[in-house]
Amino acid sequence: MVLLDALTGWARAQFALTAFYHWLFVPLTLGLSFIVAFMHTIYVRTGDEKWKETTKFWMKLFAVNFAIGVATGIILEFEFGTNWSNYSWFVGDIFGAPLAIEGIFAFFLESTFVAVMLFGWNRVSKKFHLLSTWLTAFGTNLSAVWILVANAWMQDPAGTVFNPNTGRNEMVSFLNVALSETAVYKFLHTIMQAYLLAAFFVVGVSAWYLLKNRHLFFAKRSILIASVFGFLASIMVAITGDGSAYNVAKKQPMKLAAIEGLYNGTTNAGLVLIGIHKDNADALGIRLPGMLSFLATRDFNGFVPGMKDLIEGNKQYNIPSMQERIESGKIAIDAFKNYDLAKKQGDTIAANQYKQTLMANFHNFGYGFMDNPQQAKPKILNITFYSFHLMVALGFYFILAFLWTIYLTMKDKIANNKLALKLSILNIFLAYLASQLGWIVAEVGRQPWTIQDLLPTWTSVTQLSVANVKTTFFIFLIIFTVLLIAELGIMFKMIGKGPNLKEEEV
Amino acid sequence: MFSSFSIQLLQQYWWVIISVLGAAFVFLTFVQGGQTLLLQVAKNKEQKDLIVNSIGRRWDLTFTALVVFGGAFFASFPLFYSTSFGGAYWVWMLILFTFILQAVSYEYRTKAGNFLGTKTYEWFLFVNGFLGIILIGAAVGTFFSGSNFIVDKIDITTGSAVSKWTKPTHGLEAVWTVYNGYPAFLVNLSLALAVFALSRVLGGQYLLYTIDNEELTTKIRKQLRICSTLFLVFFLLFLGLILTKEGFAVNPQTKQVFLEKYKYLHNLLAMPLVLVIMLVGVVLVLWGLFLSLFKKSNNGFWFTGAGSTMAVLALFLIAGFNNTAFYPSIADLQSSLTIENASSSHFTLVVMSWVSLFVPFVIAYVWYSWRSLTRKKITIEELQNDNMSY
Repeated sequence: MVLLDALTGWARAQFALTAFYHWLFVPLTLGLSFIVAFMHTIYVRTGDEKWKETTKFWMKLFAVNFAIGVATGIILEFEFGTNWSNYSWFVGDIFGAPLAIEGIFAFFLESTFVAVMLFGWNRVSKKFHLLSTWLTAFGTNLSAVWILVANAWMQDPAGTVFNPNTGRNEMVSFLNVALSETAVYKFLHTIMQAYLLAAFFVVGVSAWYLLKNRHLFFAKRSILIASVFGFLASIMVAITGDGSAYNVAKKQPMKLAAIEGLYNGTTNAGLVLIGIHKDNADALGIRLPGMLSFLATRDFNGFVPGMKDLIEGNKQYNIPSMQERIESGKIAIDAFKNYDLAKKQGDTIAANQYKQTLMANFHNFGYGFMDNPQQAKPKILNITFYSFHLMVALGFYFILAFLWTIYLTMKDKIANNKLALKLSILNIFLAYLASQLGWIVAEVGRQPWTIQDLLPTWTSVTQLSVANVKTTFFIFLIIFTVLLIAELGIMFKMIGKGPNLKEEEV
Repeated sequence: MFSSFSIQLLQQYWWVIISVLGAAFVFLTFVQGGQTLLLQVAKNKEQKDLIVNSIGRRWDLTFTALVVFGGAFFASFPLFYSTSFGGAYWVWMLILFTFILQAVSYEYRTKAGNFLGTKTYEWFLFVNGFLGIILIGAAVGTFFSGSNFIVDKIDITTGSAVSKWTKPTHGLEAVWTVYNGYPAFLVNLSLALAVFALSRVLGGQYLLYTIDNEELTTKIRKQLRICSTLFLVFFLLFLGLILTKEGFAVNPQTKQVFLEKYKYLHNLLAMPLVLVIMLVGVVLVLWGLFLSLFKKSNNGFWFTGAGSTMAVLALFLIAGFNNTAFYPSIADLQSSLTIENASSSHFTLVVMSWVSLFVPFVIAYVWYSWRSLTRKKITIEELQNDNMSY
């Protein structure tokens, strides 16, 4: 059973497609907005026209990327309603709030000031113009906060209580939703990774100029700013990645088992450095002894449950089996149905009893929609395993790559080091790859849940005939692909043309 | 402050906010109106660039208003979000497709390497201004004419959908629906065409306000005459239809939904303030049109803009207030959505109400930055000397 049913499969495919495309553009926008703001600041402080043109060049690339980010972003928001209608109804109280807040606080900020930033060169004062550039950067990054809070809440539904009278989950603490550990780590890890990617973009594009022996000063200037920015970001990516993994171990043990390829739980569990995924067995490979235990429990001897423990249960470590959780979930659903009926009939005593049963079993509510324990784990385990390990390996490589670039730039040797320059161009693609892999780990790894333990995907989906969703999927695919080609075409042309600086500076 | 409010009061407060956002969006569709005028009135590249650079500096505001309208609806009335977006799937999807095309078109239109060519992006802008606006108008029309869905909350226990649409055309039927012998589609179509014509009126007026080019403004004024007439015809038709039709009323005691003759007229009369908003709105619209058409003034935009915002606000208010189902179901009357049965919990509404206090601040900075960009009129010479323009 690869996909549970065709409708859910296509709805998921459509969401994955839009998210994938959206995330091709957003990280660059997030990071580039700050890089542009730094450059703009230098221009305003020094009044140096070369910095003005440098700022304008990166700002134009930002704008091209920003537009298509906006285009793909609107779909994601509305898709919760169009394709996940039960989900939207079940948790709209909690999930809608961050989306609305995002709109009011962040989208207006970015859309208002991006216009001033792009068109204000001769129309507003220098100071107000610079302020607009910074506000665009803050607005852009602020919008990432709220959507990531929303995503984190799906992985870790904090600050929420089920109300049997309305049949919906209701928010009880806004702070717990907005500042849950999952939300904080998700935000920091994602945003830092975006800065890293944008830094590689600037370094890579500049490296290309150096290889072509064009715009040497411009390129070196850009490389220095971007690689310092990127180095700091890459360190933060590693730290927050570690925090995220620790948090996943606590909140989504199944996801951790999936991404590590851990089948049999153990104490002193090793972290796979390089390995091959096995179905129904531990991954084969080289391990760092005790590291996985330390990552997951902060103790080298801590117990990390494997997929087998989570499905079959493990009495020693007090892990219930999936069968038990499914039964408990079915009890919760039945109690909810009976509570509703008893209340309609005015039988308060029976209603209260059902309510107690419901609340006692509610933490397993979502499992009640399953027929067998195998449905409780991600379907395509090998993808999550390889994605995770490749992402981690790239993460460590990125730190070294930035260090090397900084070293070469400080020694003023970067322009002559062909290998470093070529590698810098390649790094752009590696950064995009790692970025997408991260989302595969997060989203495929959490299957089958739309909301962890509360609602599986097939109960969240809008009832449409499959043909409808298939059709919209392909329309999205065509539109986004065509627009991507256009975007890349424009970016390559702009980069090829280069900044509006006289070449004799070389 | 807000936490001491009753849930009913919070629901009403949020319906006002939704109405304000909806009204603001309709005002901001002057961008889409300008997009449909683009191919019609501009005869050369310079004139096109003028129009694109005038409305193009504001397109993301309209876009943001639509997104915020959706987000606010999601947070405050989630059952509407799940029922309408999932149900009227094709209407919303088509709207979204046109907005995707719009979002890239300004930026990509004249850029080298844009793959599709300038003309294609101009057509994208047209499609967004035409199809996008017509569909949004028709979708809002169904607030008065009804849609085809059934809601049963307990269905989640069987793992099936809480909201089900009963027509396989998923919303597109709004343009041919007849309900109990009443041509409901006329309500949807007249509003769709009125909103479309209004967007062109506002778009034309905005161009007059921002552009300094004699040849272009003469042509725009000619289009304004046609669009103003069409707008008045369709708007009065829509108003006549809804004020004389049966509306979807709710019994405040039993919560039963029933049909009431002249319901929306009753709502207007029962809420004198809303009636005043509507009437002042209509007067301002007419005054703005008078200024643009007969006084050759460039400031008509602000009057027609403010007036249409007020009129649309009043329409939303009579759709949801005074015991009315704002999203009626003609497949099953009792499934109709009211601000009471579709709303979020007290807690969420309180949180969101605190957030709403920032809205005036947002409006203030939007206003300030808008003024700072439009203080000078846009001329062809300026665009030629600016390497950041569209």
